[in-house]
Amino acid sequence: MRILSWAYLVLLFLFILLPVGALVVFSFQDGRLPVPPFKGFTLEWYAKVIADRDLMAALWNSFLVAFGSSALALVLGFLAASGLARVALPGSVLLRGLLIAPMTVSYLIIALGLLQVFNAVGVRPSLLSTGIGHVVINLPLCFSIIYAAMGEHQRNALRAARDLGAREWQVLALISAPMLAPALAAAFFLSVTFSWDEFIIAFLLTRFDVTLPVEIWSMLRSGLSPATNAIGSLVFLVSVAVVVTLEFTLFRKSRS
Amino acid sequence: MSIEQTERRAGAALVAPALLWTVAFFVLPFAAMIWMSLSHLEGREVVSGPGIGNYLRIFTEPSLLRGIRVSLEITAIVTVLSVILAWPLAWIIATRVPPKWRRLALMLAVLPFWTSYVVRSYSWALVLGENGIVMQGLIQLGLLEQPLQIMATRTATIIGFVHFFVMLLTLTIYSNLVQLSPNYARAAEDLGASRWQVIRLVILPLTLPGVITGAFLTFVLCIGDYITPQILGGNSELTLPQLIMLQLGRRGDYPMASALAVVLMVLVTLAYAACARWLKMERV
Repeated sequence: MRILSWAYLVLLFLFILLPVGALVVFSFQDGRLPVPPFKGFTLEWYAKVIADRDLMAALWNSFLVAFGSSALALVLGFLAASGLARVALPGSVLLRGLLIAPMTVSYLIIALGLLQVFNAVGVRPSLLSTGIGHVVINLPLCFSIIYAAMGEHQRNALRAARDLGAREWQVLALISAPMLAPALAAAFFLSVTFSWDEFIIAFLLTRFDVTLPVEIWSMLRSGLSPATNAIGSLVFLVSVAVVVTLEFTLFRKSRS
Repeated sequence: MSIEQTERRAGAALVAPALLWTVAFFVLPFAAMIWMSLSHLEGREVVSGPGIGNYLRIFTEPSLLRGIRVSLEITAIVTVLSVILAWPLAWIIATRVPPKWRRLALMLAVLPFWTSYVVRSYSWALVLGENGIVMQGLIQLGLLEQPLQIMATRTATIIGFVHFFVMLLTLTIYSNLVQLSPNYARAAEDLGASRWQVIRLVILPLTLPGVITGAFLTFVLCIGDYITPQILGGNSELTLPQLIMLQLGRRGDYPMASALAVVLMVLVTLAYAACARWLKMERV
């Protein structure tokens, strides 16, 4: 049983890590094809990727869209959660349902709907329209994370602040936001991750200024290349670094 | 104005921006899509509906009907395979790996989660090709004479999907397993159950919520995905999302694309209805 367990573990880890391993190893391939045999070590492909204007522009676009749309989703979600946690509005349950509804629908469907509306009113595909789409998918996420973090303790503190004469914006900015900091941070970074990696909305709603996944997608059309490995590895290593940093700072603190 | 009214007004003002956003950029586009699905194309012009012509075509035209079947088959195979592979992995990490290494093992098990979606599919194209590391490795080991043609087939799509969803399911099942009190297993052992019986009759049923939650997510994400079948499966057989993109791209047939999207949504809703009893989404 014990040996069987370990054998299974190793086998599955091999399956899970094999493609990423091959991705990284063959990004250093000194040759034109990222397949065995390994012909020697070079950083040429990384240099090529970093010098690639389109790719770097896409990287920047992704960055803009991810942080911009996440910030907006966070603010909207935070305000809505504060409102719904504060008073029982008529139809509260329905409102909550409506706000999280986009979470239950495929991205493809959200993209398709937005595309039609934008076409109808004459909005051209752009980074802005992609950002709007990303707010749609991340708002439910931010809202539900923040709403779940608001407890009775929270509510009492807010009521006390208001009773002592704090203005509405002061309560939100000086009391509520700091108390919810871990949830806000989690919601924000999760949103950034989703937006960063999102393909189909960005694919349908951008044209000239594309985001990184769309740019990588167009690189794939020219077949396998160590350059694609290099940009893939870069993205992977950066995300792992971010996740590990978060794990050891933010989430460790909030857990203890 | 009473205090209660003031409070309500303040609450409503806070909810309003998010609500407006959702209505403008989700509800409205959604309604537009459903209306579009009832319209039809004449030449290159969209003629507004309502009519159910698109839906009739979906269920009578073999190429379209086949897309639904292919999508359902792939999704079903992927869901079942992923559960079968992920459960033992989650169980081994939760019970066999020493506690000190558990977090590390779990992080390793979901490491490729953090690659971009497009890159993950690409990396499978990399290893599964005829010159890829898998085929060349098998030939080196003497297990194969000729490389097998896996790329651009359903097998490649399934491998790519299973890879991703094993990670997802490992997470949901693991979080379910670690919440179980060890007393269940101990009690069963005291009552004379063999180790295998403990797993099969006690632990397995207790992880059903985690399994169903993960399986539902797998179903939803798998059936709606365009990237994996497009990169790994190619055009050998088209899934529903591939058909939708085909309508949009080559033919500009928005009505048909919308109708197919509605079918996709109905399939997801049916899956939700089937799992709703066990789903505890707030725990994910």
